[in-house]
Amino acid sequence: MPKFVELWVYLAATPLFGLTATLVTYVLAQALYLRLRQAPWANPVLWTVLTLALVLLATGISYQTYFAGAQFIHFLLGPAVVALGWPLWERRAELRQRWRPLLLAALAGGVSASASALAMGWAFGLPAEVVLSLAPKSVTAPVAMGIADKIGGIPALAAVFAVITGMVGALSAKYLFDALKIPTDPPGWMARGFALGTAAHGIGAARALQVNADAGAYAGLALGLQVVLASLVIPLAFRLF
Amino acid sequence: MNGLRGLALLLALQSLGELLARGLSLPFPGPVIGMLLLLLALRVPAVREPVAACASFLLSHLSLLFVPVGVGVMTHMDLVSQYGVRMLLVIVLSTWIGLAVTSLTLRLAKGKSDAEIR
Repeated sequence: MPKFVELWVYLAATPLFGLTATLVTYVLAQALYLRLRQAPWANPVLWTVLTLALVLLATGISYQTYFAGAQFIHFLLGPAVVALGWPLWERRAELRQRWRPLLLAALAGGVSASASALAMGWAFGLPAEVVLSLAPKSVTAPVAMGIADKIGGIPALAAVFAVITGMVGALSAKYLFDALKIPTDPPGWMARGFALGTAAHGIGAARALQVNADAGAYAGLALGLQVVLASLVIPLAFRLF
Repeated sequence: MNGLRGLALLLALQSLGELLARGLSLPFPGPVIGMLLLLLALRVPAVREPVAACASFLLSHLSLLFVPVGVGVMTHMDLVSQYGVRMLLVIVLSTWIGLAVTSLTLRLAKGKSDAEIR
């Protein structure tokens, strides 16, 4: 038995643990999600994050130790943001044709999500640095961290808020769109996908992609647009006010 | 091999983006500049196939990439226990506002352009 404990202590401290735990948990959560016919509440990111956080808290392994391995996955967020240029380029003809309503919707959605989060954060009496970390929450996590840093928020907290935002969007968007009577015809899928990419970035886009190919493509487009718009608008707005 | 070539290209563009962002103190994060550079690079046909292979792999597993950051919520347990409910409420409501405003703006804009055609 002591032999096993020694081995576990060794393994838990190597980067191998964080990387393996993340991938294995995610693959299992993904399989369960497919088995449950992609029910929104079975979202694989949500259950992977909860499981890993509980395992770490229960075993007393620090987040730093975990991240030493998980950083190899985290690192890929950078090239993934660059890769967002691909769906934008693939849809360049539609973008050229419909750039006015799409740009308007991306701006309106991004600004209203950010402004309402700031207003409610203040109204609910959250500390200033928490409120500021809420501003970039509808942008994909690595970019949200950069923006939060610029306006005086806490980057790590902004990233967590962004991930929770994405999960909320992926979990509830279907019901909200149904309530708003957004149809499920091609223009309806466009509106649903574009809204998910705008308000719930990569996690919302991943959900849109699983539900409908058109919705997924427009979600990718919206996500790329939001990255550019938010990087410009949020720091600029804070410099002005 | 195409996927590997694509990854090399994406990383090179990200590095160039970081250099430009820091060197010229631009308002965008490095990867965002890398994305804009990719849009320019895709004009070259030879670039397209490798980028497509790597981008579709990365983007189809995009949600996995958020897991390490998401687990970081455990390092903010003090904030969560004190403000957790309020923070969650703000996030949920503002996300719904964002989703509703975006989708309704698109529906309205579409209705208007249809009316113009008629």
